[in-house]
Amino acid sequence: MDKLVTLTIDGRSVQVPSGTLVVDAAKMAGITIPVFCYHPKLEPVGMCRLCMVDIGRPAVDRATGQPALNEDGTPKISFGPKLETACTTPVSEGMVVWGATEKVMAEHKDMLEFLLTSHPLDCPVCDKGGECPLQDQTLKFGPGVSRYIYDEKHHGRKNLPLGDLIVLDRERCIQCARCIRFQDQIVDDPVIGFFQRGRSLEIISYSDPGFDSVFSGNTTDICPVGALTTSDFRFGARPWEMKQKASICTQCPVGCNLVYEVRREAKSGGKFVIKRVLPRQNEAVNELWLCDKGRFAYHFTESSERLTTPLVRRNGELTPASWDEALQAAADKIRTAGENLVALAGGRLLNEDMYAIKALSQAQKAKAYLYSRMGGGNWVTRAGMTPGSNLASLGKGSAILVFASDLHQEAPIWWLRVKQVAERGAKLIVASARKTRLEKFASHKIRYAYGEEESVLRSLLEGESEAAKAFVSSENSIFFLGSDGLGAAQTAAAAELAAEWLVRSDHFGKPNNGLIPVWQTANEQGAWEMGLETPSSFEQTLSDAMGLYIAGADPASEDPALSDAVQRAGFVIVQDLFLTETAKLADVVFPVQTVMERDGSLVTGERRVQRLYPAVPALEGTKPDFMITAEIAVKLGAMFELPSPEKAFAALAEDVPQFKGLDYARLAEADVQWPPTGGKDMYFGGTANKNTQGVGVTLERKTEDTPETTAVAFPALSKPVEGEWLAVPVTSLYNAGLLMKASDLLKNRTPRGVFMMNPEDAARLNLTAGGLLTLQQGNFHGSGTVDVKNDVPQGVLLVRREMNIPLEHPSAVRLAVTEHESNLDR
Amino acid sequence: MSELFLLRHREIPGLNQLKTYTANGGFETWMQTVKAGKPADVVQVVKDSGLRGRGGAGFPTGVKWSFLPNNIWPHYVVANADESEPGTFKDREILELNPFQFLEGLMLASFAVQANDSYIYFRGEFSEIFRKVEDRVRELEEKGFLGDNLFGTGYSLHLHPVLGAGAYICGEETALLESIEGRLGQPRLRPPFPAVVGLFGKPTVINNVETLTNLPLIIGKGAAYFRSQGTDKSPGTKIFCLSGRVKKPGNYELPLGTTFRELIYTHGEGILNDAKIKVIMPAGASSFLIDATEAALDTPMDYESVPALGAQLGSASVIVLDETVNVSDLVNSTVHFFKHESCGKCTPCREGTYWMAHLTDRITSGKAGREDIDLLKTVALQMQNKCFCALGEFSISAVLSGIDKFRADFEARVEK
Amino acid sequence: MNSLAKKYPEETARILAQYPADQKRAAIMPLLHLVQRDAGFISLAAMNDVAGLAEVSVTDVASIVGYYTLFHDHPEGKIRLQVCTDVACMLRGASDYLKAISESLGIQPGETTPDGLVTLEEVKCLAACDRAPMFQSQIGAEIEYHENQTAEKTLDWLQAMKASVKGGE
Ligand SMILES: Cc1cc2nc3c(=O)[nH]c(=O)nc-3n(C[C@H](O)[C@H](O)[C@H](O)COP(=O)(O)O)c2cc1C
Ligand code: SF4
Ligand code: FES
Repeated sequence: MDKLVTLTIDGRSVQVPSGTLVVDAAKMAGITIPVFCYHPKLEPVGMCRLCMVDIGRPAVDRATGQPALNEDGTPKISFGPKLETACTTPVSEGMVVWGATEKVMAEHKDMLEFLLTSHPLDCPVCDKGGECPLQDQTLKFGPGVSRYIYDEKHHGRKNLPLGDLIVLDRERCIQCARCIRFQDQIVDDPVIGFFQRGRSLEIISYSDPGFDSVFSGNTTDICPVGALTTSDFRFGARPWEMKQKASICTQCPVGCNLVYEVRREAKSGGKFVIKRVLPRQNEAVNELWLCDKGRFAYHFTESSERLTTPLVRRNGELTPASWDEALQAAADKIRTAGENLVALAGGRLLNEDMYAIKALSQAQKAKAYLYSRMGGGNWVTRAGMTPGSNLASLGKGSAILVFASDLHQEAPIWWLRVKQVAERGAKLIVASARKTRLEKFASHKIRYAYGEEESVLRSLLEGESEAAKAFVSSENSIFFLGSDGLGAAQTAAAAELAAEWLVRSDHFGKPNNGLIPVWQTANEQGAWEMGLETPSSFEQTLSDAMGLYIAGADPASEDPALSDAVQRAGFVIVQDLFLTETAKLADVVFPVQTVMERDGSLVTGERRVQRLYPAVPALEGTKPDFMITAEIAVKLGAMFELPSPEKAFAALAEDVPQFKGLDYARLAEADVQWPPTGGKDMYFGGTANKNTQGVGVTLERKTEDTPETTAVAFPALSKPVEGEWLAVPVTSLYNAGLLMKASDLLKNRTPRGVFMMNPEDAARLNLTAGGLLTLQQGNFHGSGTVDVKNDVPQGVLLVRREMNIPLEHPSAVRLAVTEHESNLDR
Repeated sequence: MSELFLLRHREIPGLNQLKTYTANGGFETWMQTVKAGKPADVVQVVKDSGLRGRGGAGFPTGVKWSFLPNNIWPHYVVANADESEPGTFKDREILELNPFQFLEGLMLASFAVQANDSYIYFRGEFSEIFRKVEDRVRELEEKGFLGDNLFGTGYSLHLHPVLGAGAYICGEETALLESIEGRLGQPRLRPPFPAVVGLFGKPTVINNVETLTNLPLIIGKGAAYFRSQGTDKSPGTKIFCLSGRVKKPGNYELPLGTTFRELIYTHGEGILNDAKIKVIMPAGASSFLIDATEAALDTPMDYESVPALGAQLGSASVIVLDETVNVSDLVNSTVHFFKHESCGKCTPCREGTYWMAHLTDRITSGKAGREDIDLLKTVALQMQNKCFCALGEFSISAVLSGIDKFRADFEARVEK
Repeated sequence: MNSLAKKYPEETARILAQYPADQKRAAIMPLLHLVQRDAGFISLAAMNDVAGLAEVSVTDVASIVGYYTLFHDHPEGKIRLQVCTDVACMLRGASDYLKAISESLGIQPGETTPDGLVTLEEVKCLAACDRAPMFQSQIGAEIEYHENQTAEKTLDWLQAMKASVKGGE
């Protein structure tokens, strides 16, 4: 803990840690010093000159070197001739700050008048109107009238798209450089900058595509004027029209806190619709940020392709049916299947849904599994994060190992947080089969070939290498495990080895130590916590089943073998938003609700349970997953009752030790966080929302049957024989998956290529970027275009997940360069 | 007429040839100093000499050097050859005609702070000079005056000439550092000061070309010799750049403390067409205007006396105006200069210079009213003491002093 | 492959060698000067080359090009005739001198002659105040001073120069 410094601000005595900036000290004391260029998350620059205040310091007697005193014995304070910028001046003992004197107020007025001389008067049509720091501070501190001749205003380009997502209005820009500094300092994507100088200074982006950054949306939150807006929200609504609905992003396992801002609209029959997504502050999860996927991909909830009525198969055809019919049909089938029923819960279901499925299959003495292409969660429940963990608290003395993960693509906000931990002086070890964005910040790099994962892990366990030593010897060490080029079986084995290492090196069971899995969907950890696990082989499990009950999962589209297995099953019941490949094979299909329509909870990869709330009314004709399961149960003779999400969660908390004592009220608790943001602090932290609806709770470690490591079986990869290629599945942030299909905005950001290949390899197949390639595996043929990238290791073909080429785990495949247009690509 | 030192080339033709320079004692001080191997002594001599920076601020050079922490390495020295202050053209003459004396000075400064790499930042317009200096640096390497393990002492020094690309603000030392580092030439926040966190984040000394060109004399002949000219607080000679409405504009090396009168009437041979002198700008476009009264003309040009006239000596770029000039035209010109050169980083300078330029345009073209004169003044006052760096402050000097001392010139333009 | 490095292997290597290994960014300006000497202006392709060598984003490079007045991101007249009209020169007839040239060329400052040969520009102090009026010629990256000018002198020089750049094609 830094030592405290005492100073006086506007006559009030304040105590703050040494090193605190005057502007922050004032804020902590509830005193507002206006700022534009300053942002608590950015390096201070002192550019806009708005925050100038009168600062005095205890005078020292030249002769004696002692503090000079007034007649009355009080220390003499000497003030400089100039005002000083509160945003760049650190506090010092005995400092006296005046932030509201005539002189200071005049300064604020002068700077605001200057800024307004070249600011357009289009507030009435500006998206920022109503939440605009320039507007608000002008009212509070600015001049009533300007003495500037309007015709002499500087003019700039309006409505200039910086790529697909962000639109720039150069007339509104006040050159505070918050956006440029955010892109450079916080997310290391310097793709926007200043052009020219003086009054002609203007924002540019020369990247291709324009403003090429997965964090671009955040600049619109911290821009203090209407210069940067998202093309999604532009002219969409006025801030005061909208209600804020707290929720959690379900695009990845980070679980960023956010709000959906909604308003009622005639064109949707007076119903509430989502207008925009804003971050909701959670300094332990996403701070004030969101990645662009989380911000823009919500449109699937509005998709016209959603299911709105149950379907039952009648003489070969899936036909609309009443809920009662469909529920009855499902119940009958399940009864007959008895304990030969196999239930699959997808990783994007909420805790309540998973728990309902678990309860139902338990009552049936049947098996229920988590459907995932990544395994090992059972180790996370024992060696994962525990209460008190927060990446923001790590720095010197800590170590982070990122294994087989391209965090920037798989979980952008974790990438950002890990980068910051490294910048704060922690050891960062990056082990991967290809170059990733994180390597740049690594203190140790381990580059291996796909297939060598096991030996890399084992040599880490032996602890000879510098990297291993750094990890073992650090006070706090965290192991991020991803699935870059790994299937369910390999990740399960990898997780076990990782856990074994963490236990051995005593980096588990205490805050900020342990295993963080980079799950491919949002709530896989929730499933593992309540005992829903992945089977050793889905193909086997599905084939053995007499009936399948599948919720929020689409195995048929992800693996030809599984597709066959689903078809061979006696009957299939599916719950989903859309008519997926699996749903098409089903006998009964139930239409479900999106997270935007739901009340419920999730568990992040950091084992934090977080609650989300309904933002918009549920689509007519749909039901939440857990309720469908519960109603089936009733038809089966009321084995249990889950009348509400809250009750479902209560039942879960009763049943699963790690959840003991948790309930919705507990999850809804929020504390005061720094920096203040939103509301009246928008000028300070931006438009990110204050968190009043819950910051979540990290689960206790699962203690019974502590890690008993078995002789890990790390499944070998099928070695490609002559004429075959090793095809390896990798994750990219933007893809053609269900939850992204509906976002037109992000379409152009979806990677051009389904496949990625090294230039040399491409040349050998005389393929150029964008060329068509057909992949053949067993009886499956699928073609798509190729991205040619230097970062791809030679001899392997990377296959992007959720781009319509099924590839569950690394496999040997045959390739053919095809002429015919691909129908699978994009 | 004092002995020329900085402008020795005027007495010794071909001094910009290495052989001529060495034939006249060039680089002997360098060799002796390096062989003697006592950097601290060098710093002391320069401190004793009382040499003050010739780039504008007039800060004691030796003192500046002693700010470098000895526990952070490497140290860098950067020569400021950005010479961009309107009315300043002294460094250019040195660089063209007496370059080796400047280089020797830079080398001595580098040795004094034990820098092994030093940079020379030229304004972009000096590309011809820049290329010549590049060649001369190569020549010095070939002759063994520069390079590794000099004279077997183990001390190594390399010089790196760098070319700017058109930005007055890059003369400001921190903007200059940003520019060398490949960033926009915008000034840095201070503290930390360059002496501690400078070029590439390392302790750095920045000195003006003329300042450095003094060093061979000071270190070669000693502090006392240097002090034999100039005043006690402003010792040595200084190059005065005389321009404007005088008969014989040019560079004049004179002892600090020489009067304006001597410079303008003796050396400059008086005002064109023997018109009446009206205004003196002692520090180029950044000057507060001096009303050229008899008393003002008899004021000695040194770092103490000029401020008494409400101005500053700066880089001693003396621009002279006669009665034929309307001060509002002059102010219009300086304001446009600063508007053009404002880096745009801070609000008051970016917006204020832009606003003032519109006002002076209207005033000088007779499209303004009397109230615009007062508005111009308040806009200038609105900028005062609030700008991020001195450029913004410079931009209002002529405006404020012009309106205060020569308001009639402005009114002549507005009253129709 | 980086076409700038391909075309000027020694120069690019020498430039990069001037700076600490972790400070490649400092090479941006020297590299841009090299590009401009070669092409007379700096194209987007060239900015990409420079970005590659200095290991920065192309936006960072464009930003530098935009900030400094001697870098040009589009071709103008082969000969840039840049007349100083700053304080000291103004006081010695620079305005009339510029007017005369602008009239005989039939273009305003900032414009380029129809034949695309000459661009007339007004610039700030060039440190030649004692030899006003004066102009600076920028041909590619070659910058030359021409002092103690009269409109006649300048126009004669221009004639000769036009011939040679035409010939140079
Ligand atoms: C706007 C501005 C422009 C400047 N231009 C120059 C310049 O062109 N040449 C120069 O030597 N110093 C210039 N200076 C002063 C430098 O910042 C610095 O004080 C000087 O180079 C230090 O060297 P010295 O101590 O030898 O004078 C300028 C300062 C400011 C604020
Ligand atoms: S005063 Fe401000 S805008 Fe002007 S040059 Fe200095 S920092 Fe840039
Ligand atoms: S200068 Fe302090 S907030 Fe901009």
